[in-house]
Amino acid sequence: MNRSIRPGRIAVHLALVLYTVIAIGPILLIVINSFKTRRAIFADPLGFPDARTFTTIGFDQVFAKSDFGLYFFNSLTVTIVSLALIVLIGAMAAWALTEYRFPGNTILTLYLAIGIMVPIRLGSVSILRMMVELNLVNTLTALILVYVAQGLPLAILILGEFIQQIPKDLRDAARCDGVSEYRIFASIILPLIRPAIATVAVFTMVPIWNDLWFPLILSPGDGKQTITLGVQQFIGQYVTDWNAVLASLTLAIAPVLVLYVFFSRYLVRGLTAGAVK
Amino acid sequence: MSTQSLQTSLPLESVPRRSGFPMHIAVFLAPAVIVYSVFSIYPLIDTIRLSFYAGDQAGIRHFVGWGNFRTLLADPAWSGQFWNALRNNLVFFAIHMVVQNGIGLGLAMLLSLPRLTGGSVYRTLIFLPTMLSVVIIGFIWQLILNPLWGIAPSLLKAVGLGSLFGPWLGQESTALVTISLISVWQFVGIPMMLIYAALINIPDDLLDAATVDGAGPFSVFWFVRLPLILPTLGVVSILTFVANFNAFDLIYAVKGALAGPNFSTDILGTFFYRTFFGYQLQVGSPTMGATVATAMLVVILIGVMIYLFGVQRRLQRHTF
Repeated sequence: MNRSIRPGRIAVHLALVLYTVIAIGPILLIVINSFKTRRAIFADPLGFPDARTFTTIGFDQVFAKSDFGLYFFNSLTVTIVSLALIVLIGAMAAWALTEYRFPGNTILTLYLAIGIMVPIRLGSVSILRMMVELNLVNTLTALILVYVAQGLPLAILILGEFIQQIPKDLRDAARCDGVSEYRIFASIILPLIRPAIATVAVFTMVPIWNDLWFPLILSPGDGKQTITLGVQQFIGQYVTDWNAVLASLTLAIAPVLVLYVFFSRYLVRGLTAGAVK
Repeated sequence: MSTQSLQTSLPLESVPRRSGFPMHIAVFLAPAVIVYSVFSIYPLIDTIRLSFYAGDQAGIRHFVGWGNFRTLLADPAWSGQFWNALRNNLVFFAIHMVVQNGIGLGLAMLLSLPRLTGGSVYRTLIFLPTMLSVVIIGFIWQLILNPLWGIAPSLLKAVGLGSLFGPWLGQESTALVTISLISVWQFVGIPMMLIYAALINIPDDLLDAATVDGAGPFSVFWFVRLPLILPTLGVVSILTFVANFNAFDLIYAVKGALAGPNFSTDILGTFFYRTFFGYQLQVGSPTMGATVATAMLVVILIGVMIYLFGVQRRLQRHTF
């Protein structure tokens, strides 16, 4: 293998470039065409927009006909609040499960791991009933509660593995000084797990941001739509307006792209470090 | 270790509370356990309970034992749809296992070649579609495959395959395969990353030793690398299984709740949604919805059990 042959290498790069084009070509195609006039979209779909064909009419229509800003804000609120709660209470639980030995520890660890394999979606019938009784239908709170419950199992697993690697000396020293367990967690452990938070963030944020099922069931209207549901409803309504459809898709893609540029490092590290092992 | 240090450092506190559960542990665990139990485990259990009930016109529920399941599996009005959805779901899963995990394995092999330049750029770009919403991906492909826009036919014509093009998403015979391949296209990055990680973790000595012993690249792959990454292939398979039998968004986005044409793209997720919320003239039924959800749960649990007790144990015995 190490006697690498040059022509072989070229074939390898050719294959990888080809697949990369297949992977990102369709996305680029949508983004490029969202900035073109309707005529250019059909006449020259593969061309870049130039001075003659450039237009933002699609975006103007999206902003005029839908509450895109509001949907974006809803998604952002749900994702950020869920993530903050998952990280905080997930870290608390992971700390308790890895640091202290107490009766039922193993069973509790297994109990909390069920959610990694069993999709919470299958409990939707009861979740909706519960949200109706709690008067939480069409609120972002309902989504946040469900997403926190959904994200906790994996977060506890990842954070637990990370907390185990923190040297014991620090907390033992603190205990000798009579620092309370709460202070040890808040001022020693929490600051130390910041790198793991990035990994948890990418694993939990993406499914929450992209989810269609729970917004569709729990908050389908009243201006509480998330961006995924908003785009789905918008396209359903304006399916023949190509400029608007392409623009709404581009608007939905853009925030994820920006986030990916910043977070891909952590994601790749998380995946390759065997977080899902 | 940790309990020892706890007891030695806090002798006064731990003695009087010996019998009770330490307060701070309960405080740390309570929020997670409560939210998880109330919004994840309880709904799942309650769904299973509901699947044994039926509601009448007045909305009063009464216990019907296995009645709902008999209806689902044997009543012609239901069973046809259920078995159709299950069969389509199996096809959906099979295509993912072969195409998605096959391409993922191939890409991971190429990316794990020693001293490959630009590896991380390829990885990042190929993983990109996985990050996007399934709904957005569905719409993107709907546009690209739309004969009106004509991108797909003209691209096929450019490589001399123009005659192959058809309204793939609209034909009963091709819609399911097309949708499966769209999903494959989106999620190929996951097996690629996981297998790549497993491949670069194989010690170089092992590969060198095999090469010195006269093994060609093919035997090195087949007899050294493949057996060593089998546990990862197992994880990839079970993740694919759970995700596939829980899928919904893509088909709902592209085909709507009716999963047309003529239910040819209906899988368990869309069947569950229709049963629960109703469509056109049929009224939604929470109890039948719960029954379908319970059936899905059973299917997923069977898969997970096969993996845990059949596959995973055997694989680990082989590895080291």
